[in-house]
Amino acid sequence: MPKLIIDGKEHEFPSGITLIQACALAGIEIPRFCFHERLSIAGNCRMCLVEVAGMPKPVASCAMSVNDLRPSLDGTPPTIFTGSETVKKAREGVLEFLLINHPLDCPICDQGGECDLQDQTMAYGFDAGRFQDNKRAVDDKYLGPLIDTYMTRCIHCTRCVRFMTEVAGVEELGAIGRGEDMEITTYLERGLLSNLSGNVVDLCPVGALTSKPYAFLARPWELTKTPSIDAMDALGSAIRVDARGREVMRILPRVNDAINEEWISDKTRHVWDGLRTQRLDRPYVRRNGRLVSASWDEAFAAIAERLKGLDGSRFGAIAGDLAAAEEMFALKFLTETLGSPNIDCRQDGAKLDPAQGRATYLFNSTIAGIDQADAFLLVGTDPRLEAPVLNARILKRSRHAHGNIPIGVIGAEADLTYGYDYLGAGPETLAEIVNGSHSFLPKLEAAERPMLILGQGALTRTDGAAILALAAKAAIAIGAMKPALSWNGFNVLHSAAARAAGLDLGLVPAKGGLDVEAMLDAASSGTLAVVYLLGADEIDTDRLGSAFVIYQGSHGDSGAHRADVILPGAAYTEKTGTYVNTEGRPQMTARATFPPGEAREDWKIVRALSEVLGTTLPFDTMQELRAKMFADHPHLALLDAIVPADAATIEHLASRPSKPGKGRFEPAIADFYLTNPIARASAIMANLSALHASHNDRATGTDG
Amino acid sequence: MLQDKDRIFKNLYGLHSWRLEAARARGAWDGTKSFIERGHEDVIEAVKASGLRGRGGAGFPTGLKWSFMPTKSDGRPSYLVVNADESEPGTCKDRDIMRHDPQLLIEGAFLASFAMRVHVSYIYIRGEFIREREILQAAIDEAYDAKLIGKNNVNGWDFDLYLHHGAGAYICGEETALLESLEGKKGQPRLKPPFPASVGLYGAPTTVNNVETIAVVPDILRRGAAWFASLGRPSSTGTKLFCLSGHVNTPCNVEEELGIPLRELIDRYGGGVRGGWDNLLAVIPGGSSVPCIPASACDDLPMDFDSLRALKSGLGTAAVIVMDKSTDIIRAIARLSYFYKHESCGQCTPCREGTGWMWRVLERMAKGEAEKGEIDMLLNVSHQVEGHTICGLGDAAAWPVQGLIRHFRHVIEARIAAGATKPIAPSVPVAAE
Repeated sequence: MPKLIIDGKEHEFPSGITLIQACALAGIEIPRFCFHERLSIAGNCRMCLVEVAGMPKPVASCAMSVNDLRPSLDGTPPTIFTGSETVKKAREGVLEFLLINHPLDCPICDQGGECDLQDQTMAYGFDAGRFQDNKRAVDDKYLGPLIDTYMTRCIHCTRCVRFMTEVAGVEELGAIGRGEDMEITTYLERGLLSNLSGNVVDLCPVGALTSKPYAFLARPWELTKTPSIDAMDALGSAIRVDARGREVMRILPRVNDAINEEWISDKTRHVWDGLRTQRLDRPYVRRNGRLVSASWDEAFAAIAERLKGLDGSRFGAIAGDLAAAEEMFALKFLTETLGSPNIDCRQDGAKLDPAQGRATYLFNSTIAGIDQADAFLLVGTDPRLEAPVLNARILKRSRHAHGNIPIGVIGAEADLTYGYDYLGAGPETLAEIVNGSHSFLPKLEAAERPMLILGQGALTRTDGAAILALAAKAAIAIGAMKPALSWNGFNVLHSAAARAAGLDLGLVPAKGGLDVEAMLDAASSGTLAVVYLLGADEIDTDRLGSAFVIYQGSHGDSGAHRADVILPGAAYTEKTGTYVNTEGRPQMTARATFPPGEAREDWKIVRALSEVLGTTLPFDTMQELRAKMFADHPHLALLDAIVPADAATIEHLASRPSKPGKGRFEPAIADFYLTNPIARASAIMANLSALHASHNDRATGTDG
Repeated sequence: MLQDKDRIFKNLYGLHSWRLEAARARGAWDGTKSFIERGHEDVIEAVKASGLRGRGGAGFPTGLKWSFMPTKSDGRPSYLVVNADESEPGTCKDRDIMRHDPQLLIEGAFLASFAMRVHVSYIYIRGEFIREREILQAAIDEAYDAKLIGKNNVNGWDFDLYLHHGAGAYICGEETALLESLEGKKGQPRLKPPFPASVGLYGAPTTVNNVETIAVVPDILRRGAAWFASLGRPSSTGTKLFCLSGHVNTPCNVEEELGIPLRELIDRYGGGVRGGWDNLLAVIPGGSSVPCIPASACDDLPMDFDSLRALKSGLGTAAVIVMDKSTDIIRAIARLSYFYKHESCGQCTPCREGTGWMWRVLERMAKGEAEKGEIDMLLNVSHQVEGHTICGLGDAAAWPVQGLIRHFRHVIEARIAAGATKPIAPSVPVAAE
């Protein structure tokens, strides 16, 4: 443990950290532009210079390891000064240099108010500049529909370049030219295609890269900032929802090392314009074939009339991908009260069954566990689309090992940003892993903590149950189940935010009940008379036949178009709701804005309806609802904590029939940007979707 | 004056053949096997005892540098990289070694590699040196054919030598930028520590040496460290190639003892200053990056590391740029300043922004379109650049400016006074552009 004297006080530090981190631990903040804890060290801004006793020149504290400093001859630990005259002068000098070519356009710059350069100039800079010549002007670059560029403001810290290369895993940004003519560019000026690109806006310490959709909409000090949880994928990334008045203006990541570190995908970040459009802001009732707006009482009355005297078995309920645990709990309660066994949360038809045990449908190794894993087998999943931030974590693991960890892929052969061995397309290859005949198996067996990641693409097939069992066998075969190390390497990667909670709450057909597929069949044939869709839009609504459809949700998407009664609900930014992520970690969103118009929080709608139906649910407040829910499912009360699932259930799962059919695993996500009703209502997402579609068709110059 | 018998570069002027046979006749590759038999430590000790200091500019003791290399491999190989990216304005010594006496360099690389337990060595040659590259490659091929180097060579130390050419960037002469470039990356200096001796080329221990440093090693071993140490002055031992350019009558390269008086160097080899010694204005004694010294300090100035250091200048690469009184010293330094602005890699802030600023101010000063207050500002800016950068280019850009202001402030002031009749830039800062 190296000892250092920083500004006269002796401290002991862990090995391997740099001086800038040591100073932070000692409670001294060192200004910086280029340094970022999650990126490689560039040491190029020179803002973090400190003085080290005995060294002729000031030292860049971001790049100097505490282990590289030697004690002086009399044994005194290395002595650092962070506030000396030399340091002060050096900082002033660096800031003056940065400012000579930086435009003084703060009043019209979107970074104003949250600009590192602005803040540090106030704290450490001169009062006036001495540079009298013309400032440099730099052409703006085209970085796609998400990122606005004002390259004259660039201070060349290269954070964006390092992020794209190291975290996003694509070498789409770089610097050309040298000296004062150096410019950050995409080389081909075709826009960034990575679905993590929005993070460079957060990383940019100045206003060179700003958010294009958010351009000139608000100033940071006007915004109400609400820490919350994302629902665009099943990771439950930590986000901050910035709202002004009733409108969400932007979404930013928060730090959560266990899940998203500090990155979010472009869908998470830019879906906010979808929160304003296509909103269901009042109840509707279909009259004479047309949806007409109605009052809540009228809507409830219409439902009550249809349900009157209906046998419970002719009622079915489907929960969608964005539903929070509370409303699913209420819906299940209502369905049971109505005497119906027909309920399902697996819109995509994934053959996951909570009766098999929690471990059979969770990402058991945890997302942070990826950092410890030393081999990966990806089955029927494209994590780059299903969970971009998780994919970045696998890339990070691969980079830390210099690409020397075995990664095998069974399924579609997609560009995952890291190198992998392509093993095969379908269940046959997985079976070879299980029966020991596959040549890749020894590499997986040699690993101490291998991970098997099973995607929804493998589970939504008709033989999904057999594949699930086969995957459990494979996990045992590759040695992913190591109770001695407390390592459970069997991982199901969900793509829907609501799914894990739905399975936890048991939103699957009760005995004799119908699952989604069977409900659609029954609706087509007329045996199912009423279908309750709780934000379920990913089903084939044409197959609902003549059934009476109740749609409760936030957006006018396919479910609402088919509905006979629409009950307007709240989006994930407009309610406090519990979401369980793919690891089984319950987290709670916070209300950043109110639902529009007549729309209400979803659990209240279910509760209010139950009263009209004469089957009043036994809770009047959210607290009462949660008390009931927690009593039934205690682990949901442990927010942010993971209760490890019983690994022994994987053994049991492996003993089930596992003779799948043939055929390749199809991708679970067709279009990353259009996976849910909010995203489909977003103009930004539509743009991105079109951009990617056109890029995939278009030949580049090097294609001949 | 250096006697002919003590000369190391006997074919400096290309009067004889550069071929292997001719080089061997001049003494190259003589007794090489016997040095190998003496062992690694012995070679390093000999170089240490000779007092050889790096000839690339910084003057770091070579034997000491070599001793930083690991004596036991941790599984990684070690590399020697020869810096032949000679780009410092005024300097043209390595070029003559490579095209006229390449076997000295090859033998030196072989011996240095042996001393540091290195089996693979690279020579990184400046991109513009096309003919030099052809000759050096031919010489390497000759050495391979004669089994002097390569696997199972006659000298008994497996050794491969590769010649790699750059693309003509000055910054690639900085040792870590050179390593980056050699690895196929953009030539930008690395952060130190870690130093190349622990993490260098391809992450392996590496020593980077100048061409001249390496090329004198065989003669040190052949003639003995004591012979080398007896030449020159204490702490500046041996002979050195001086490059005389500028306002001398006969510009040339010449090998001389370190410590030779500047005046003797100029008069004897350069044919004197154009227009006579009294017409001397200033001298840049060690390549463009060291501060100039005025004529008044040149009369009996020994050309060695310490004497020049005492004058706040430096021996650098011993490229002596002579300027007579017809020189517009402000324009001359402004031109050098432009060079550094042009060659800055752009990686770190003080150099990227500061070099352009200094150049622009100097350009205006050369025209008299400045204010007297800007002289101190310029000096201050140069100090803001110096010592705050990742590599030495910031220092190299700042020193000529500091030298100018230290010795020729009166010239700048006079120019400004004369130019004050013309309209000048407003002294009140303008807020936004």
